Amino acid sequence: MYGRSARVSRWFLQALLVLLAVVYLIPVYLTVITSLKAPADINLMTAWVPPSRPYWESYVTAVKNFAPSLKNSIILSVSATLLSAALGSINGYVLCKWDFPGARFVLPLVVFGMFIPYQSILVPLFQFMRGIGLYGGLPGLVLVHVVYGLPITTLLFRSFYAEIPDELLGAAFIDGADFFGIYRWLILPLSGPPFLVVAIWQFTQIWNEFLFAVTLARPASQPITVALANLAGGQAVSWNLPMAGSVLAALPTVVVYVLLGRYFIRGLLAGALKG
Amino acid sequence: MVRSRRDQVMAILVVLPSLALLAVFVYGFIAQTVYISLTDWGKGAALALKPEIHFMGAYNYRDLFSGFLNVRFRQDIVNMLFFTVLFVAASLALGLLLATILDQRIRGEAVFRTIFLFPMSLSFIVTGTIWRWLLQPRGGVNVLPTLVGLRPADFLWLTSRDQVLQFDWQALPRLVVMVVALALVAWAAWSAARRRFRTAAITGLPGLVLATWVVLGGAAQLKALPFPEPHGFNLALIGVVTAATWQMSGYTMALYLAGLRTIPDELREAARVDGANTLQVYRYVELPLLAPITWSAIIVLGHIALKIFDLVFAMAGPDNAPTSVPAILMFLTTFRGNELAKGASIAVILLLMVSVLIVPYLVASFRTGRT
Repeated sequence: MYGRSARVSRWFLQALLVLLAVVYLIPVYLTVITSLKAPADINLMTAWVPPSRPYWESYVTAVKNFAPSLKNSIILSVSATLLSAALGSINGYVLCKWDFPGARFVLPLVVFGMFIPYQSILVPLFQFMRGIGLYGGLPGLVLVHVVYGLPITTLLFRSFYAEIPDELLGAAFIDGADFFGIYRWLILPLSGPPFLVVAIWQFTQIWNEFLFAVTLARPASQPITVALANLAGGQAVSWNLPMAGSVLAALPTVVVYVLLGRYFIRGLLAGALKG
Repeated sequence: MVRSRRDQVMAILVVLPSLALLAVFVYGFIAQTVYISLTDWGKGAALALKPEIHFMGAYNYRDLFSGFLNVRFRQDIVNMLFFTVLFVAASLALGLLLATILDQRIRGEAVFRTIFLFPMSLSFIVTGTIWRWLLQPRGGVNVLPTLVGLRPADFLWLTSRDQVLQFDWQALPRLVVMVVALALVAWAAWSAARRRFRTAAITGLPGLVLATWVVLGGAAQLKALPFPEPHGFNLALIGVVTAATWQMSGYTMALYLAGLRTIPDELREAARVDGANTLQVYRYVELPLLAPITWSAIIVLGHIALKIFDLVFAMAGPDNAPTSVPAILMFLTTFRGNELAKGASIAVILLLMVSVLIVPYLVASFRTGRT
């Protein structure tokens, strides 16, 4: 079936794919070489030429500059991820395995919350945070990310738990397990993979988030995205620093993606509300 | 399943706090934003402890769409729509291309998949910062031709003021009527060709009436503005579309690839036995089966595009008018201009546009119980 023309077209496709991959990697190449150039060597005309000797000081300076905001981002992402995953798990369990009055209407209303443009709640949220004294700091940002993370974490856990057969729960009930017993001894032990998918998804989202961070955090609690945008948006800075900062800001999520890509993709597909 | 009453009550009590939080943080706050958008809260009253706020009805909305000073808002809406259409189309096309090639038992598939998908894990702020450097007017992509001895390009990627596809906002109602008339007539012709004469009559007659009305000049009185105001596609958006597509096309690739992998080989075999060649199998077996994925992708990418904020912020800055979008304008209006009511109106308009996309999708997917 595969004649010579098929072999030729296979070669053509392989070559096309290599070409596309090179194009996709161009921004990475330019980022890395620019981050390794000394400020004096950064010249628009020679932007594509790699440095003769890597200038590692860019990274030393970037780490020093971004250390506080990186620390904020780590605290924020980790705690908000754990909290919203825990809540999503128990919510998903209830909404999947227990009768909830009006569940047919409640669930779409919950899910709608993950699609809204956050501009449409920003001003009341801002006032509310000021009112309860959580404006400006990390605890406030954690709260916001946990609340607005509820729809997606609930939905993801719910779709995972749907695969656990109801008969298992019935058997556990007959054995005397109550609401929490079933969760603790049946659901939770099966929650490893879903927890990983949800945690990766939430961690990536929160680490990368910008709108809440730029409106609800004082400079001392700024996450890395805000610090990077401020640095790169300023005119006077030389480009090796924003590029090194971009690498630092990208590193955690890229590492998570490369190491746990399988789970990342599962989150992606489920995030698309795919059947 | 057997359940005790006590457990059932417990189950409800456990989710109640989450639902209450969402009720307040999503629906309560949206209601408050809608209320703010109907007032004149802003300027001096924005910072006052006990601001004096007046109810203004739909004034802010009317002002945004027809006020002389709000030309930027209208261009931002146009920018947003052009950005959305181009970005979604480009991501779908590129994602489908990548998935189709990767599905051909390519050598090193996992490596390629990783390369195409990793931008998806980045923050829009990182993507924006990187592409800001790539699209410098006198560097980056523009000096690429010099590597092979050509002259550098001089396109102002993010700051160009050039516009194409210009139209007059004043004539917008007339344009809409014309498009509706054309669509109705086209639908009628299509139905007639398929011998559905009842549908053809139902759509064709009003279409012809509308078209006649337009031709006779009836629609000319419909004016959105008392003055002509040109808007169009800002070429500066091409750079933003490129960066966004670079980041998100891996997502459509992953969706399509997953879709292609779920098509049973028997279907392809059956088509081949019937005499279909590779291209025909692709065109008549695989592509139609990918249609639902295309719809999901349009919804997800479309709502991201309508809300786009961080990418533009990092790439071009919030003050760069040629690439501005309503999400950016809302931010500036509210937090820099202190015009809270006007900012709230922009936010509500944004929410409505996203809802037009999302609500039918949610209704459809929850009705069929797919989630």
